[in-house]
Amino acid sequence: MEELREKACRLRLQVLDMVCSKKGGHIGGDFSEMEILLQLYCREMNIDAARPDAPERDRFILSKGHSVEALYAVLADRGFFPAEELSCYLSFGGRLVGHPNNQVPGIEMNTGSLGHGLSLGVGMALAARLRGLGSRTYVLMGDGELAEGSVWEAAMAASHYGLDSLCATVDRNGLQISGSTEDVMRLEPLAERFRSFGWNAIEVPDGNDFAQLGAAYALARSTKGRPSVVIAHTVKGRGVSFMEGRAKWHHGVPAEAERLAAAGELEAAMRDGR
Amino acid sequence: MIANKQAICDNLLQLASEDRSILVLCSDSRGSASASGFAESLPEQFIELGIAEQNLVSVAAGLAAGGMRPFVLAPAAFLSSRSLEQIKVDVCYSGSNVKLIGISGGVSYGPLGLTHHAVHDIAALGVLPGLRVYMPADAEASRSLIRRLAADSLPAYVRVGRNASREVYPEGGADLSADRALTVRPGSDVTVVACGDMVACAAEASDALRDRGVSCRVLDMFCIKPLDREAVARAAAETSGIVTVEEHSAFLGLGSLVAQELAGTGVPLTRLGLPDSPVVTGSQQEVLDYYGLNAGGIARAAWALCRR
Repeated sequence: MEELREKACRLRLQVLDMVCSKKGGHIGGDFSEMEILLQLYCREMNIDAARPDAPERDRFILSKGHSVEALYAVLADRGFFPAEELSCYLSFGGRLVGHPNNQVPGIEMNTGSLGHGLSLGVGMALAARLRGLGSRTYVLMGDGELAEGSVWEAAMAASHYGLDSLCATVDRNGLQISGSTEDVMRLEPLAERFRSFGWNAIEVPDGNDFAQLGAAYALARSTKGRPSVVIAHTVKGRGVSFMEGRAKWHHGVPAEAERLAAAGELEAAMRDGR
Repeated sequence: MIANKQAICDNLLQLASEDRSILVLCSDSRGSASASGFAESLPEQFIELGIAEQNLVSVAAGLAAGGMRPFVLAPAAFLSSRSLEQIKVDVCYSGSNVKLIGISGGVSYGPLGLTHHAVHDIAALGVLPGLRVYMPADAEASRSLIRRLAADSLPAYVRVGRNASREVYPEGGADLSADRALTVRPGSDVTVVACGDMVACAAEASDALRDRGVSCRVLDMFCIKPLDREAVARAAAETSGIVTVEEHSAFLGLGSLVAQELAGTGVPLTRLGLPDSPVVTGSQQEVLDYYGLNAGGIARAAWALCRR
């Protein structure tokens, strides 16, 4: 576990570099979802960068496509492309676009418009069942995006078809671009809402904690006959004190002094094993 | 005579019996899509998504990403509007092998009104990068087209009507395996470029014009995108003018695409289609007759071009 915590700090530093050097990105959501991504890519999913098209691979869809910088850092770390390419993020003619696209090794589907990912996951889970494959499908959604009606169309279909190989995660950081999700468009009682749609809803009190995430995904894996959703209560901007829990860091770009302060905090945390 | 959608489903059933990756997806539309037989014969290859077109299209894209070959059958009016963004992003941008079949398109729902008409779908979907747009003329053309699409791996939208189309091609007489307009009637005086149900009307108009001494070429431009530009160029060079006719808005449809090809050439063009306003209430035939989208209207337009 120690190793993953260190990795989370190191990749946050990479994300900070990407966002600051190109003056764009969604750092708040990158930081809230970092442990979720690492838990899935390092502990849960059956994926192999050497065989990115293997039919039996598990699938991942970043439905909250704006938080792509963290995904790029994780994919590079897992060997899907060289880490040096992270410097090409947002560059003219490059493939590291500001939202996921499937020209990048390891990315299955293009996302960025919210509310599509769960439906894509339903299709992938159905395909795996039809082909008799044991693949699991993981979809990471933002909480703000749950206001999209298509999410609930997909939620209905997933339980209708009893897709227990489908595991959604909600990065429940509580903030969207305009402020609190509960002020913008109330989501609670979120777990009950998913349950009423026939889902196994698992609440994770600290969604930035690897052990808690691991327990939730194990529970999801052992739940048969219905899809599971992990509602991971995370902290937007997690890891940098002045970003944590502040909506302005949804897509804020740190000024140079802020960059230095953020880097200092992340480096200290990495040293201290926090 | 069977409806084009029936021909499509009959052929999909045959193909899917031999290829388990071929799927049919519906949005509570199996009856109107003539897909009930498919659903009963191959229940494991039929996926019902309910009245939820956004989910319908994205699920199809997910299935395609998982190695399946999904055919989505839903009313053209809803498929081309409610799920437009899913088609743009999940089908086109992601490059998914999804075949979208818009049924009961044009004004074929007749007096059910504007909500159910799809006279905007060429404009809405034709502009999406990489999406092919087809409108077969009859059941035989539909058969040829669907067999071709089942064998390729690129996205496409096919629009068909609700009612049986008049026969244009004899059995085995339509080859839609390439994006080349089919010459339904040869001719040297004037050309009619038509798609869908309008092809039969254009052929009838050509026959009537022949009796009046006019040689009217009829091109079945089933491949609205990619348009057969060479066929248009040949018609422009070899005949004195072009009439386009479509069961679609006369704005941003087949006529507009042909006009793009003719821009600057000075070749006379008359575009027949539906107006830029809600269409009159009536059965499909009543509506088409009202706007001159029939053999008589086409013949008059072609005749006028010849008399210039």
